[in-house]
Amino acid sequence: MTDEATPDPEGADAASGDEVIAAESTGPMAFGCPLVASADGQLVIHPGRDEWLLVASAILADGFRMCIDVTAVDFLTFQGRRELPAGINAERYELVASFINHERRERIRARVQISADDATIGSLTNLYPGADYLEREVFDMFGINFEGHPDLSRILMPENWEGHPLRKDFATGAIPVQFKGTN
Amino acid sequence: MAVTDAEPQAPVDNTPVIEHNMATDAATELHLGQVDLLPRNHAVMRMSEVQMAEMADAPLDDENDQTMLMNMGPSHPSTHGVLRLMLEMDGETVVRSKPVVGYLHTGMEKTGEELTYLQGPTNVTRMDYAAPFFNELAFSLAVEKLIGLEIPERATWIRMLMSEMNRISSHLLFMATNGMDLGAVSMMIYGWREREEVLRFFELVTGLRMNHNYIRPGGVAADLPDGWRDSVGRLLDILPPRLEEYDILMTGQPIWRERLQGVGVMGADEAIALSTTGPVLRSAGVPWDLRRDMPYLAYDDVEFDVVVGTYGDAFDRYAIRLNEIRESMRIVHQILDKMPKGDYRATDTKVTPPPRARIDESMEALIHHFKIFTEGFKVPEGEVYAAVESPRGELGCYIVSDGGPKPYRMHIRGPSFINLQTLPHMMSQGLIADAVAVISSVDPIMGEVDR
Repeated sequence: MTDEATPDPEGADAASGDEVIAAESTGPMAFGCPLVASADGQLVIHPGRDEWLLVASAILADGFRMCIDVTAVDFLTFQGRRELPAGINAERYELVASFINHERRERIRARVQISADDATIGSLTNLYPGADYLEREVFDMFGINFEGHPDLSRILMPENWEGHPLRKDFATGAIPVQFKGTN
Repeated sequence: MAVTDAEPQAPVDNTPVIEHNMATDAATELHLGQVDLLPRNHAVMRMSEVQMAEMADAPLDDENDQTMLMNMGPSHPSTHGVLRLMLEMDGETVVRSKPVVGYLHTGMEKTGEELTYLQGPTNVTRMDYAAPFFNELAFSLAVEKLIGLEIPERATWIRMLMSEMNRISSHLLFMATNGMDLGAVSMMIYGWREREEVLRFFELVTGLRMNHNYIRPGGVAADLPDGWRDSVGRLLDILPPRLEEYDILMTGQPIWRERLQGVGVMGADEAIALSTTGPVLRSAGVPWDLRRDMPYLAYDDVEFDVVVGTYGDAFDRYAIRLNEIRESMRIVHQILDKMPKGDYRATDTKVTPPPRARIDESMEALIHHFKIFTEGFKVPEGEVYAAVESPRGELGCYIVSDGGPKPYRMHIRGPSFINLQTLPHMMSQGLIADAVAVISSVDPIMGEVDR
């Protein structure tokens, strides 16, 4: 990682750790993943789902000791219009995780594509225990499974709830409510 | 200000004392994190409600029948709303615990996808209802980053003024509830009394005591009213002697210290691993404050200290908040001196409604006004994350836009929600009476936890 907020191919590659070898690519890379700068000036990497934990451990080893946020987006009705770096295929779900390096005062954000057929990804909890609740929330709201999460259960919705509210095909106001005195 | 051993007020230290003792080698090693941090500290009770129900029918295991499962809440006075705790007790000692949340869940992130960017602040302001301005601020900053909109200087400073006043009122509320939880019931009345003074100022400026919808994308809803300086000045006169009273009533008082010191201790490594932010993180000795470390608004232009603790206990968290009120007052003093003149919102007619007078004389102004309030303004495609330092920690807003007038996805990173994860960790092996002190010291706002 570099100190500048702009992608720097060489600096990013050099700091990405020896073990995670960057694949040959035209664009800038960090932690072996395509790197872009977002509208908010933050660095955004696009790891593949299968190497997610490997990338996350490299991020941790690089001094990003805090996982500040984990969330997801359902791109069901917004497919194909996203700007993704070359080589990354858009899938229905996208896991978005942010990390902070306190010493360098840096943030990095990872966006991982997760297909609808197999909505499963490795859990960060072994590396970042603080991802516990956040991953449970994503599981609850999007139905994405986190392999290796010690307690993957609903957190905000009731245990017996059916469906995942923040999915785009979960309509708002779809539950009929029976009030007293009505037929 | 009372000077104590645990006085956590430290001057600004620009070199965070974060030990780099883990994850230095073997990037491929998956388990290099704090893999057993929570189990090691008996801080995890991995049990769902369904499993609990099954256990009710389970045969008694005489050999290990030493512990008792107990529910605390959801409506317990000390849980500040509706927080339920499952406690595994060995006598009066908490062995393991698990917070159960969701009782206030109303799907606000889903609601946020149905509201335009102009309506958005009305929704998010209801999350952390003790610090509503910060919700609006995080949301507005995110939207403005997506649009690439520069807001006028005065709007920035008004936002800062309201933020810091809100930090004061939120911490005063903490003083009240913390006192109440620990038996200093008169403190509850004092805290609410002082907070009411601050809310009166909010009412003067925004028209509402809470849920203001004052900070909006593009600036703020209205300029500061006449007499705002007097109102702020009066507050700044009232508060310092009252805070001195708090010191007499609580800080230096032996019962208070006995009750809080050494309770709910958490080290810096655990605090970082558990993703805590705000006073909970700072109490563990990590000098991290977004206002200083990743400045937003105009925090670069004001001087203040980041208050840091040493022991990571409930007393440190109390003392940090008390002194943050003083630091906020220091910032407000500087804002009074430096408040610039000018517009209170951007003049981009596509984003902010035109002034009322323009509507009478300009056809375009009427059209813009109509467009903004019926279909809202469009925001370019993209994704953005904006974070502010709320009284509880990092309040982040993640927005994905599909180019339409409503967010495609709006996510709020609520500090209370993540800080709540520390409860099992801090309560473990403590007394049940201390559990109340621990919950109180984290200061969770359940509206933000459940969203």
